[in-house]
Amino acid sequence: MILSLALFVPLLGALVLAGGARWNARQSRLIAAGAAAVSLLALIVAWLTFDLGGPLFQHVAEVEWVPSLGVAYRVGVDGIALAVATMSALLFLAAILFPFDTQGEARQYYAWLLFLQGVSLGVFLVLDLLLFYVFFDLTLVGMYFLIGRWGHGNPQLAAFKFFVYTFAGSLALLLGIIGLYLSLDAPTFDMRTIIEQQPLAGGGAYAGLVFLGIMLGLAIKTPLVPLHTWLPQAHVDAPGPASAILAGVLLKMGTYGMIRLPLAMMGETFSRYALPVAIIALVAILYGALVALGQRNLKRRIAYTSINHMGYTVLGVAVAASLIGTPEARQLALTGATVEMVAHGLITGALFLITGVFWQRSGEYDMHHFGGLARRAPLLTGFTLLAAFASLGMPGLAGFVAEFQVFTGTFAVYPWLAVLGILGILITAALFLDLLRRLFFGSLPSHLSGFQDLTRVEGSILAVLALAFVVIGVAPHFLLTVIESSATVLVGGR
Amino acid sequence: MPLGDLAPEIILLLGAVTIVLFSAFTPHAKQGWAAGLALVTLGLSAGFIALQWPTTPSTTFAGVWALDAPASLAKLLILISGAVAVSMSPDWMRSDRRHGEYYGLCLFSLLGAMMMAAASDSMELVVGVLLSSAASYPLVAYHRGFAPSQEAAMKYFLIGALTNAFLTLGVVLLFGLVGDTGYPATRAALDEADHLALSVATGCVILGLAFKLGAFPAHAWMPDVAQGAPAPVAGLLTVVPKLGAAVALARFVDLLPASQLWPAVVSLISVVTMTLGNLAALRQTDVRRLLGWSSVSQSGYALMAIAVLGRTPDAMMALLAFLAAYALANLAAFAVITHWRGRTTLDDYRGLARVQPVAATVLIVSMLSLVGIPPLVGFFGKFLLFEATLEGGFAWLAVVAAINTLVSLYYYLRVAAIMVFSSPADEVHVLGRASWLAMLAAAGLLLAASLGVEGLLDMSLQLVT
Repeated sequence: MILSLALFVPLLGALVLAGGARWNARQSRLIAAGAAAVSLLALIVAWLTFDLGGPLFQHVAEVEWVPSLGVAYRVGVDGIALAVATMSALLFLAAILFPFDTQGEARQYYAWLLFLQGVSLGVFLVLDLLLFYVFFDLTLVGMYFLIGRWGHGNPQLAAFKFFVYTFAGSLALLLGIIGLYLSLDAPTFDMRTIIEQQPLAGGGAYAGLVFLGIMLGLAIKTPLVPLHTWLPQAHVDAPGPASAILAGVLLKMGTYGMIRLPLAMMGETFSRYALPVAIIALVAILYGALVALGQRNLKRRIAYTSINHMGYTVLGVAVAASLIGTPEARQLALTGATVEMVAHGLITGALFLITGVFWQRSGEYDMHHFGGLARRAPLLTGFTLLAAFASLGMPGLAGFVAEFQVFTGTFAVYPWLAVLGILGILITAALFLDLLRRLFFGSLPSHLSGFQDLTRVEGSILAVLALAFVVIGVAPHFLLTVIESSATVLVGGR
Repeated sequence: MPLGDLAPEIILLLGAVTIVLFSAFTPHAKQGWAAGLALVTLGLSAGFIALQWPTTPSTTFAGVWALDAPASLAKLLILISGAVAVSMSPDWMRSDRRHGEYYGLCLFSLLGAMMMAAASDSMELVVGVLLSSAASYPLVAYHRGFAPSQEAAMKYFLIGALTNAFLTLGVVLLFGLVGDTGYPATRAALDEADHLALSVATGCVILGLAFKLGAFPAHAWMPDVAQGAPAPVAGLLTVVPKLGAAVALARFVDLLPASQLWPAVVSLISVVTMTLGNLAALRQTDVRRLLGWSSVSQSGYALMAIAVLGRTPDAMMALLAFLAAYALANLAAFAVITHWRGRTTLDDYRGLARVQPVAATVLIVSMLSLVGIPPLVGFFGKFLLFEATLEGGFAWLAVVAAINTLVSLYYYLRVAAIMVFSSPADEVHVLGRASWLAMLAAAGLLLAASLGVEGLLDMSLQLVT
């Protein structure tokens, strides 16, 4: 019930905004923020009432929809879904509140954001495989219109490329899902039943193909090298808040899907391909970091660090799927992967909101354009510094907790992958320090003399996000217990 | 003779005759009433179909008409599509001097499609195809002063005449081979039939039905009709003959002796049709022509289910669910175009989402349903098709269809993007209140089918049991 509230209030809000032509910009923003806040509150309540020793999926609700196909409206969360969904709701609230020039179409802008929030939470909260696919696809529609309408540069091409590229992944995923569905004795889309039955445990070419289809779809969304090429342009041309959502929430659907579908439903098949997946993740880590280092464009650089960070998550998932290590090591890697999702969502979300600040003030992303802003805009400098350090894995901040766990788990299973992966952190540190140097230090160019610091609203939104990743860095216990309770079950430790 | 079994068809026939007589003796100003007459006829006919919904498959009139769930569902879909198309028409046809007769022709065309869907006899099939064709040619050419309309009608007629001749030839050959036109007798006798002659006959019949289906190699009329015919007629003819022909083709393919050859041929036609339709639609700068080519590609998808017929029990259900989804979405799209006075060039769609938000939303939603974006009913249609195809062991066909779906996203999005992202050029003229209501009704049907997809599946599930 509480989860349905979190899911439907934003959708309802979107409907209210789309239906009523009389809302002005302020009212639209208020309605959107209200709906997003209710949704976040509902998830917090769900978190507080989550029973750590209870069954894997809690707060379950079920309503029949298409019984002849085994499709129903089923929602429920485990610790992993709960953590990612709550982070998403927080990020959506931040993106909605963040000041943005809606070009005279505030009502539509906020309606699309709320729609996107509803369907994104849907991906994390549903327990029905078909509904999962439904929401997975609908996020494309929402993001397509957000980028195409409110983006800059060449937004329509970027939006189009994003839609078609990721829709290709969706179709591969769909074929994989149908393959999985057909392999059941009594076909149903109930995730709990599929997880229980492990239908393709026998292996064989069929299982391999289904796994390939599903992983292909999820890898495009994540995105894993070499399927990442849609990401940079979509990010650069998307409006700031939409970029924050794209990196913070939409990318998580790929890795969350890897935990929910291949890892939980066909663990035996995944274990056979765990090493190749881990190696691809390592390539993504190193490649993403190196390419990011080479970018002059601020937003492109942060976009490529996403590829690097999602690589850590996939590495953690792959380690958790391998059957070589001890359950403890695999559980550690899975927990780390989930914390990485939450941390990356908050940190990169904040970083993309910051790039939005740069764009709104100067219409420029080229880092050569900036310099010496530390004195002119101390608040902006402070928050960027904090987010950059969190992103490069500074102890005491959220990124460190995640990466430490991922690498400890990996070290126990694939030691040499962990050793090579650490290099990624080194490069990330270099590229963020370089970014800070170019933006904030040195002499202030004359054309930036009028550059304004963060407004109060911008500052307080970034402060909330920063508070979240500092708290996770210093006292991660509240997050870890919830995630561990499910991770233990998923790696077979309980 | 159990006359009651044919009540839906007889009502349609009587209604059509009444309308023709009515319009002969009514002044032009009152001919719009004929639309009401047509709607009443369609409603009555649909009521009788619902009343006599068959629980077990049977035949009537000496085995000529099939009475089973696929036939009833297809007939119901044909009637609903006809009702939507008829209610789109009054505003469009008001100034035409032969306004009244138009509805008579519509009903005859629907009757032909219904006969195709229910035919359990090859002669009966020929009668249905010819009736549907003969009534459709004048509909396309209804605007005598409009050159594109004449061109489309001429193309439609020439292709139709040729393929109908082939169909008749095929049926005659088949009759010569087995000495009977009834399907049960044909099925029994085909096993011993001469292979070469059977192949020729089957090829001819498939060619004839490909014309009605809008499938390769007899698809060329589809884009012209979609572009040139009066917009309500374009909506009618891209949907209704396809419904009848798909069921007829499924029945016919089901007769053939089990061999590897026919499923392979049908799946090949399916691949060529969907790929050709999609590739041709890519570069169109004319929205109605684009929808015409998209309609060709959708025939290709429908053929997937026919290719796996007999290999999986779900194929018939998938076919009907897909056709229903296609019919509703395509009609909604043409209803919007009719409401916008048949505007056709892509450039004229600039920024329409800002000036005409409701109609533009309907058009975008119907196109997303044609792509198969969930949770619209088009998704369930495609989902069932993919499922049946994978289950029937034609995984490669499902992959080709998935790639084609991706390609199709391009041209549908192009229309959506130009409506949403550009600024409006000038004032938009719309047709009238009736076309507005027809559009809303079509959109309502599309949404209702999306949410109530279970009901649709239930109806088509009965054919499996």
